[in-house]
Amino acid sequence: MAKLTIADLKKIKEKVQSETALREGGQRAKVTVHMGTCGIAAGARAVMDSLMNEIAEAGVSDVMVTTSGCAGMCSKEPMVTVELIGQEPIIYGTMDANKMRQVFKRHVQLGEVQTMFAMARG
Amino acid sequence: MLELSLHILDIVENSTRAGAKTVYITIIEDTIRDVLSVEIKDDGSGMSQDILEKVSDPFYTTKTVRKVGLGIPMLVQAAEGTDGKFRIESKGGEGTIVAAEFKFSHIDRQPLGDIISTLVTLIAGNTDVDFIYRHQHNDRVFILDTRDVKREIEDVPINHPDILLFIRQHIEEGLKEIRAEV
Repeated sequence: MAKLTIADLKKIKEKVQSETALREGGQRAKVTVHMGTCGIAAGARAVMDSLMNEIAEAGVSDVMVTTSGCAGMCSKEPMVTVELIGQEPIIYGTMDANKMRQVFKRHVQLGEVQTMFAMARG
Repeated sequence: MLELSLHILDIVENSTRAGAKTVYITIIEDTIRDVLSVEIKDDGSGMSQDILEKVSDPFYTTKTVRKVGLGIPMLVQAAEGTDGKFRIESKGGEGTIVAAEFKFSHIDRQPLGDIISTLVTLIAGNTDVDFIYRHQHNDRVFILDTRDVKREIEDVPINHPDILLFIRQHIEEGLKEIRAEV
């Protein structure tokens, strides 16, 4: 592969800017991957990788990804919180890369809460 | 945690939670001196002397949601298990330096692992923090400074999927270059 340069980065920037200009700005969903020591040890980074892969594959840019610390339920890690605009946040527990893919495709994209992995509201 | 890049992710999350705005992550692979060293330096809130003395104790944590703090003790153990060293320096209000040295060829040295995913996760999850990643392999160096990236992309957020993909590929190429046999 050819070496990536500042010029490539500029091209990406221009493409992204022109795309966002066409759309109403703002985020549709926020997905938080819990990244405490417990989450990391249980595989949270692989869950994050899977999430970012899915977002890139779906080509969406209105889903915000972020991380948070330990929430005190270490035995249920990796945990992920999905928050769609105007809806209650849903916390998923004991996640892995495959479950993350399903939650992204079903919940984030189609709005169907995946109750089999969901632990709590809020 | 079974790879060094996961320890790094964990320790840097401490930095960002301490309100750091700039985090320096430095990795040196020196196969001649047989040393792998990792240093994380932040400008977060830092710690007082008496807290600093307790951070290697697994039953010390500032968190209120649980009673143990395993991040630092696990890194200490990973370093000391390879005849390595661990060092932590901190000053309240100024920041913290966490450094670990490993014997490169030691049979129990954990692999560095997927450092690229660690960096991309940190960048995506902490958009307001600047990361300066310096990776040295013998005499060759790769540097990623997110301040340079942010300057180029202007108002495009650094956690935009296309930008993160660019960063991922950029690090991949850079590391391949410094590790290539001459």
